[in-house]
Amino acid sequence: MKCLVAGGNVKVLGKAVHSLSRIGDELYLEPLEDGLSLRTVNSSRSAYACFLFSPLFFQLYQAATPGQDPPRCKILMKSFLSVFRSPVMLEKTVEKCCISINERSSRLVVQLHCKYGVRKTHNLSFQDCESLQAVFDPASCPHVLRAPAKVLGEAVLPFPPALAEVTLGIGRGRRVILRSYQDEEADSTVKAMVTEMSIGEEDFQQLQAQEGVAITFCLKEFRGLLSFAESANLSLSIHFDTPGRPAIFAISDCLLDGHFVLATLSDPPPNSQDLLSLEARRPAPQLQAHSTPHLDDFASDDIDSYMIAMETTVGSESSRTLPSTSLSPGLQPLCHSEEEEEDEAEAELSTVPGTPPAQEVPLPVLWLHPGPRTLPAAPQPRAG
Amino acid sequence: MPLVPQRAPEQSDCGLVASLDNVRNLSTVLKAIHFRDHATCFATKNGIKVTVENAKCVQANAFIQAGIFQEFKVQEEPVTFRINLTVLLDCLSIFGSNPVPGNLTALRMCYQGYGYPLMLFLEEGGVVTVCKISTQEPEETLDFDFCSTNVVNKIILQSEGLREAFSELDMTSEVLQITMSPDKPYFRLSTFGNAGSSHLDYPKDSDLMESFHCNQTQVNRYKISLLKPSTKALVLSCKVSVRTDNRGFLSLQYMIRNEDGQVCFVEYYCCPDEEPPESES
Repeated sequence: MKCLVAGGNVKVLGKAVHSLSRIGDELYLEPLEDGLSLRTVNSSRSAYACFLFSPLFFQLYQAATPGQDPPRCKILMKSFLSVFRSPVMLEKTVEKCCISINERSSRLVVQLHCKYGVRKTHNLSFQDCESLQAVFDPASCPHVLRAPAKVLGEAVLPFPPALAEVTLGIGRGRRVILRSYQDEEADSTVKAMVTEMSIGEEDFQQLQAQEGVAITFCLKEFRGLLSFAESANLSLSIHFDTPGRPAIFAISDCLLDGHFVLATLSDPPPNSQDLLSLEARRPAPQLQAHSTPHLDDFASDDIDSYMIAMETTVGSESSRTLPSTSLSPGLQPLCHSEEEEEDEAEAELSTVPGTPPAQEVPLPVLWLHPGPRTLPAAPQPRAG
Repeated sequence: MPLVPQRAPEQSDCGLVASLDNVRNLSTVLKAIHFRDHATCFATKNGIKVTVENAKCVQANAFIQAGIFQEFKVQEEPVTFRINLTVLLDCLSIFGSNPVPGNLTALRMCYQGYGYPLMLFLEEGGVVTVCKISTQEPEETLDFDFCSTNVVNKIILQSEGLREAFSELDMTSEVLQITMSPDKPYFRLSTFGNAGSSHLDYPKDSDLMESFHCNQTQVNRYKISLLKPSTKALVLSCKVSVRTDNRGFLSLQYMIRNEDGQVCFVEYYCCPDEEPPESES
């Protein structure tokens, strides 16, 4: 196996490794006939990512020594990442990068040819391994969003760095909503604020989903792919199904394609987070006076592109009863959320399926059919 | 307590008097050797040498020649004392370590002699700070007996070329192996870490190479933990000279250009690790 990457593509390769490093601790490198594949899966197997660099991406691409099976190797992400540590350095000083396998010493050799004739050689130890392959099919997902990565990248920018999950859904007026997801166990500093971004339909190249659908997934991995897609100036498509089914994030151009498969929470977000619920919760006209931002106000506003609606709520359990309850005691059933004991993120992200929580409280129409808890994109080793 | 105005001691009773319009010309060079708390200062009429040592294996010297100072007087040479370098650097940057353009901190430094504190008078924009730093019994410093006649291999590089290499050293490797040779690979830095080995090769005709005088192939290993602190000098310098003598001792000399365009030198000596075992490819 030998491949040679030249010029700006070295940085592209480096960026891809950076985004993969957000997911797993091990990197599966497999030279295939249709290109070099880099894959990883996280330790709880709830996130999987793969990049396939087509032979055209390389100046020279040789998957296998003639007459031999292409090797497959698993290396520590950290050691591969250290080769591509600084993207600035890659751009400024590296002219060529040659990746090959030294069969004799069982080393993956990454050679960087830098400015001034300086040559860096990394001999990385690797393990033989089976192919890592997740089973997923974007075509089977009923909902598809596609937008330039820049649009989505700017939309996730305001979320706090510590935020674990984000809810993506379609709100009123077919606006795409991204909202910080609040874990029951999150500490109060995180819980004290909900951040919501709303993007108009016109910013999307494709929006095939009806109002009311929503999924919740991990932000860190999503950010990783976004930063890659942004630097490569690509569009990102998101294919998703009901909550609990894996969501597929895909990028593609003629030289490479990338797929991130992330688990989504199967529990519907608590009532306070429903994308359409603010309206549903306000049957009484006097509630309109309340200072909680009204989603519709934002949706009908003419501020273009992105808007941030922030509602500030106190995170303690006692005050989680929504303001509307105290204002109009007669209306409590709809907006009640206290009895719901959710065991969301943790349970779902581990591969052990839990039982759906008992839901005695009437939920808004949106969540009447919570998706079954399914294993997210369980990667299955392929024999041979 | 009444406020007694601090006065500089009369010049005649001072073993050492030095003044400087821009304190950064001194503090920058001292930062390049600041990897231990304590330093030994050694002043002659030519200037001040500040020495920091670690583990009896590595020594760093900063030379601040008399010409850097606007005023420099030594009564009875040599003047020697030990001082807490961390405290000295904190005092020198008492008006802030980031320079404000057109706003220089001036320094006047006096040391009366054995047993007296080092007095610093720092002035910026009419505000004067007086610092007194206790001095300590000077310690004997190591003599590496590194003599230029015994030098086997010597190269001079633009610091730019080594900067990244040193900041990205694989610290899971215990040693940094330096190969210098008249033949390929000419100049090679190698590490042997958990993830595998890395080699960094510089061809002798590279534009980074200012001069290349290697007479015989030498492969020496140095404790990476001892050499890593020299990165501080490397980032401040513009050129570095790498020399090894017949015993495998390493000398790294850094040329540092200050804000006024004057040149100061910082030097690191390091003794080699045990004989290199059969090297990995």
